[in-house]
Amino acid sequence: MIVAEQKPVATLKEMLRGKRKILAVGCGTCVAVCFAGGKREVGILAAALRMATELDGARVEIDEAIVQRQCEYEYIDPLKDKLNQYDAVLSLGCGVGVQTLADRFQTTRILPALNTKFMGGPTEQGVWEERCQGCGNCLLDVTGGICPITRCSKQLMNGPCGGTDTGGRCEVDKEIPCAWYMIWERMEKLGLQDELMEVRPPKDWSTSRDGGVRKIVRMDLRKPDPKDFQE
Amino acid sequence: MNAQTATQTATPNPQLKSGSNLEKVLAAGHFAVTGEIGPPKSWRAEVIRKKAGLLKGCVDAANITDNQTAIVRMSSIATGIIVMQEGLEPIIQVTCRDRNRLAMQSDILGAAAHGLKNVLCLSGDHQSFGNHPGAKNVHDIDSMQLIRMFRDMRDSGLFQCGEAITDGGPPLFIGGAANPFADPVDLRPLRLKKKAVAGVDFVQTQLIYDMDRFREFMKKVVELGITEAVSVLAGVGPLKSAGMARHMRDNVPGMRVPDAIVKRMEGAVNGIDKDDKAARNAAWRAEGIKICIEQIQEVREIPGVAGVHVMAIEWEEAVRSIVEGAKLLPRPVLA
Ligand code: SF4
Repeated sequence: MIVAEQKPVATLKEMLRGKRKILAVGCGTCVAVCFAGGKREVGILAAALRMATELDGARVEIDEAIVQRQCEYEYIDPLKDKLNQYDAVLSLGCGVGVQTLADRFQTTRILPALNTKFMGGPTEQGVWEERCQGCGNCLLDVTGGICPITRCSKQLMNGPCGGTDTGGRCEVDKEIPCAWYMIWERMEKLGLQDELMEVRPPKDWSTSRDGGVRKIVRMDLRKPDPKDFQE
Repeated sequence: MNAQTATQTATPNPQLKSGSNLEKVLAAGHFAVTGEIGPPKSWRAEVIRKKAGLLKGCVDAANITDNQTAIVRMSSIATGIIVMQEGLEPIIQVTCRDRNRLAMQSDILGAAAHGLKNVLCLSGDHQSFGNHPGAKNVHDIDSMQLIRMFRDMRDSGLFQCGEAITDGGPPLFIGGAANPFADPVDLRPLRLKKKAVAGVDFVQTQLIYDMDRFREFMKKVVELGITEAVSVLAGVGPLKSAGMARHMRDNVPGMRVPDAIVKRMEGAVNGIDKDDKAARNAAWRAEGIKICIEQIQEVREIPGVAGVHVMAIEWEEAVRSIVEGAKLLPRPVLA
């Protein structure tokens, strides 16, 4: 899922400067599951912002709303009719949600309340970790199910750097487990260490962000275009 | 003209890949000595000339670091050209942190055009350690792929994309790094084997203070047949103080400093007044040099070790005493 966290109240207060009335819109999917932008978080953040702006003598009126999936037009379209009452919409969706609102409601100011962090999942109660960078060409088949593009601080593809610390911690931060230490252990468990001896060629990053903005078109799912049937 | 003949015309001895002094010294079976020069945080050449002067005649070639510890300094290739003008052969370090495959290949062609032959391929310290922690890192390719890319440029005359290099491949002597001490320890000799397969010609190891562990490492390296194709230079360096020894033991990832070494450094100032800083520093430094000389003598006895890499960054003065003390002077002069 997409993991996000809220921007500091002080930053949001600054963003809301000069606004009288806004609509805070949460999302019921990823950011609800990571407790950043679900219904409950919308309520708490709205209350905090009301209080903070009131203390400054410029209380912003904040209405609350939640949509099931802020990243899809059909879920956000019902918001359309009430938007003219607001100076801005504060989105508690991820970056996709914010942009979907901004695309759909082009005459309304859409403001981001979250910092979208990564694709990952919870590993312990209250802990989320990054797992995927969306490189567009998954190599987990050859790395024991552990992604070095995401989890090695240097995105190494052929084994660990010289900085792995005792116990398999990354040189960058003792809090980060070394991806290659884990890959080695995992492949050992699978009896597949020999596979790690193959020199992996440079990655083709064109499937990643480096190839430009990405898009998937599935012809099998497209609605037939009437033009296609014209002679 | 194909790549092979280009390499051959560039070097008089067809057995040699680059014809660099370091390669010749190793090929002739001498115990090689390399050193290290950190480029300045400035645009002035004088300090480089001074450091080169301190190492000239003491080492067969000197590494020129590439934004070491992710701190911006003069470029390694530019510094290497100045070092070469001073009569010392440079080893250009290239990290994967700052450049993508396009920049690395164009830089190495430029380096070769200037007559630089030795390169050392590294991942690079993470930018979070340096003075631009907010920088975007590159890591388009890793050090293994960098070794392979340079080898293919040299031997096949091909760019990484497979296109031919006009006029054939540049003469290069390709180096890498090895850390015998970092976890997972079992993997380290295998990782070196992989670098050999990728095409590395020589490697320099991380600073060695734990001789027993290094011996075990070398035993496996020899067993794996790596030393038949790759020259392993053992990394050594003088400690400057007991504090530095403790810091390296406790805080430097991937480094192992045994307590016995720390104790020896601590004992070096026994009987010297605590306030006599100058005398304490002199005693520490003398002991540091002494330990380093003993270590060179020890690594010389280890099968498979082809030379030493003496790291005395910001203490280049120490190199002559160390190399002299280890009876490795004068350095061979080869045609
Ligand atoms: S210590 Fe491990 S995770 Fe960290 S950069 Fe090196 S190989 Fe990657």
